[in-house]
Amino acid sequence: MGADSIPRCSIPSNDMPPFRGPDAVDISLTVNGQGATAHLRPQRSLLELLRGPLGLTGTKLVCNAGNCGACTVLVDDRPVYSCITLAVACEGKRVETIEGLSKDGELHPVQEAFIDHDAYQCGFCTPGQVMSIVALLRTKGKPTEDDMRRAVTGNLCRCGAYVNIVKAGMSAARRATK
Amino acid sequence: MAGLRVVKSRDEFEGEIFESLAIIQGSDLPPHAAGAEFEEIGKARKRIDGVQRVTGRATYTQDVVLPGMLHARVLRSPYPRARVRAIDSKKAEALPGVRGVLHRFNSPKAAFRGEETIFRDEVRFIGDEVAAVAADDVETAVRALGLIEVEYELLPHVTDLEEAITDEAPRLEDGGNVFDAGSLKRGEARQAFKDADAVVEGTYRTSTQLHNSLESHGAVAQWDGQILTVWESTQHVFGVREGLRAALLLPLSQIRVICDYMGGGFGSKGGVGKYSIIAALFAKQLSRPVRCVLTRHEENLAAGNRSATLQKIKIAAKDGRITAIDHTSWSNAGQGRWVANPTGPTNTLYDFANLTTKSYRVVTNAGSLSAFRAPGYVEGTFALESAIDELAERVGVDPLTLRRRHAASQTDPRTTKTYSLKRLLECYSIGAREIGWSKRRAGGTRGSAPHRRRGIGMGTQIWGGGGGPPAYATVHFNSDGTVILRAGTQDIGTGTRTVLAQICAEELGVDLDRISVRIGDTEGPYGPISAGSLTLASVGPAVRLAARDAREQFLGAAAGVLEVPRTELRMERGHIVSKGARTPISEVSKKLENNTVIGKGSRWPNPESLAIKTFGAHFAQVEVDTLTGEIFVEKVVAVHDIGRIVNPMTAASQVQGGVIQALGFALSEERVVDRSLGRVMNADLEWYKIPTVLDVPEIVVRFTDRPDRRANNLGAKGLGEPPIIPTAAAVANAVANATGVRLRHAPMTPARVLEALAVIQ
Repeated sequence: MGADSIPRCSIPSNDMPPFRGPDAVDISLTVNGQGATAHLRPQRSLLELLRGPLGLTGTKLVCNAGNCGACTVLVDDRPVYSCITLAVACEGKRVETIEGLSKDGELHPVQEAFIDHDAYQCGFCTPGQVMSIVALLRTKGKPTEDDMRRAVTGNLCRCGAYVNIVKAGMSAARRATK
Repeated sequence: MAGLRVVKSRDEFEGEIFESLAIIQGSDLPPHAAGAEFEEIGKARKRIDGVQRVTGRATYTQDVVLPGMLHARVLRSPYPRARVRAIDSKKAEALPGVRGVLHRFNSPKAAFRGEETIFRDEVRFIGDEVAAVAADDVETAVRALGLIEVEYELLPHVTDLEEAITDEAPRLEDGGNVFDAGSLKRGEARQAFKDADAVVEGTYRTSTQLHNSLESHGAVAQWDGQILTVWESTQHVFGVREGLRAALLLPLSQIRVICDYMGGGFGSKGGVGKYSIIAALFAKQLSRPVRCVLTRHEENLAAGNRSATLQKIKIAAKDGRITAIDHTSWSNAGQGRWVANPTGPTNTLYDFANLTTKSYRVVTNAGSLSAFRAPGYVEGTFALESAIDELAERVGVDPLTLRRRHAASQTDPRTTKTYSLKRLLECYSIGAREIGWSKRRAGGTRGSAPHRRRGIGMGTQIWGGGGGPPAYATVHFNSDGTVILRAGTQDIGTGTRTVLAQICAEELGVDLDRISVRIGDTEGPYGPISAGSLTLASVGPAVRLAARDAREQFLGAAAGVLEVPRTELRMERGHIVSKGARTPISEVSKKLENNTVIGKGSRWPNPESLAIKTFGAHFAQVEVDTLTGEIFVEKVVAVHDIGRIVNPMTAASQVQGGVIQALGFALSEERVVDRSLGRVMNADLEWYKIPTVLDVPEIVVRFTDRPDRRANNLGAKGLGEPPIIPTAAAVANAVANATGVRLRHAPMTPARVLEALAVIQ
């Protein structure tokens, strides 16, 4: 990973909320632009919160160990592996998932580009890949192809759709800057 | 219905020929005329289910949530071999939230792959199923597993292939550990070796490769007292239904299996799993829906793998031709009962006159093999195509030239039947041009630094992919003129919905967006397993017939509605066209109200007298760092001869994916097992290294794109497996060209490269 690459599991430690638990606690956060509350035990991951109580199953569970990137979501615009991010660490933060990308039935440019470039096969890694690229495009309007590859180095694709994923990302970047 | 006939069909599946019956009626469609103009076929179409995939709305088995659903988890053997003497599950059952516990002493019999029960008396690998718990939530289920007390009697074990074939290894079965799994003899190899100018011998090894489909194996089962509905991540909904029938002894009419979307299978999701039977047993017993989905760790212990192999090849040449080959292979099948035969390519790829091949299945205390994308052929082609390069070098013939001498034959050497279409030499020409073969130098060339060497190599691919019956489809018009295409196949990530819709739209003469495709459900007409590169070639021709049938019926009805003679009507771009008049289909269908036209189509048998195969060649350019042992694959040219290309965009995706997965096999993927403990040390995605985006070279994809008119009415053959077959050999041959050393063990890790380089220093 290059020095300028986007940090993963990027909740800075000085940003952590005070110790909570051990019993279930109330948390509130913003998910896809709407307020959300949950009552859960503090060891629950953000992924468990999203897929469980919030019913947002678009974010996928694969390794549950921060190895594959399938569960990538944005927390305050930064990509994180939600399987190794505690839900309580997202108190008061802004979480975005694949379900929140399209607005009023309009697909996000990255989503459009994935369809145009056949940037998926089975589609299981797709939500994570898309979120990683969305995060890159928010920080870098005109990424290089190398930036694009580095943005998805942490997102494994077993079908091997990488060539088209990078193409789709670059195409979305061009579209966004037009 | 008149005119039903039953005929025999011979179809190839993963290197073996099977005879099956096909019910046929009426007549098959002729293949499209040469030079036919198409609206849909051959066009790069975006996936019709793309929006679901990019918005997270595609429902995978993991995403199925049902009211009152329980979560099942499996207790797995911590020992590679042990007898289960007793199980006490009282503490687990007493834990609040636990709804049920199953193990061999309380579970009903449930037949599974030749065994009477899913919980073995003697567990035979780490990860073998011992017990299962159903609970209100996953956490409770996991806690309950820890409360189950099992008394094991430990038994001697062996996990390593080469240890298991020795006399000192513990005997795991009455017949020992090594079993015959096929042999072939052609001509007089012994004499030909005696008469040869040059003989090359080599021992090749390939490591165990783990599928690591991103969606793990899993099922959700629901029993409503009458119908068992199972959602399963599978390559064959009908196969799962049959497996559930055998295990639960329910009539097929009471089992429904659904797979809407699935997150990869690569051969490992061919039928019912113990997890599905566990979910179904609990669902019936507890009258609650039950989910049983494997963790990544379980996935890598108990959900299949590509067998490690040990292969010995002896190959001889005389007067610039290959005159004899002897290929013997041993495969670590774990507890599997079959072998993915690595000698398949040796038996069929070239016109070797004198040949002996033998394949052995070796039983060990490791997880069972399952089919893994071109099972056997990936392993065997690595050895065969490496050996041919070694021989070519020994006799001083260009390796591509030597292959051309044996690849021109239009006859399948195993069956002596003529190929329906073979354009392998054209693949060679295209690939050689794209990689710059004429610039290849014996001994390689200097790389980007003094300690880096560059080289070029190639490998050849043969595979089946002709498909065959039975496969069915139905096509019906709704009252608004939209069309529903149903087939009992499933999309494993290849774009099945899209290509089937293209075939249907073409035949009907309607726009692609009018067609909705319903697959992945046993409520649809039967479809075969999505494996063996057979989906398109099996289901596609049936879809074409179903669309034709629907069109003919609809035109008949339109003749009545429009009061125009049927002979004057045709269907074109969503309209019923007669002399001078164009009426939208929707206008006619509206008048028909709910009188529904349903077209049916079935796959006709393959031609008896022909051998249907796919061919291809990969060319690789690599740079090898002789200080670090790293292999950098710079470019792969993949050329395939697979008949007609229905969708060039999804076809190219499959080839790119095959090459990338092959590079994992070639360079980095290797299950590591601790022999003394029998444990898999890298059953995760951290230490088991699958390729990332940074490992991807430039990939050039080319097709001969000639319809195979004699194969089936679509002229298309399969593409799933061909692109993973020859890459590793192409890379190994390029490395040999670059460095002068031969890597005979896949994956070709830096350590193995350095080891090989030291040999010549």
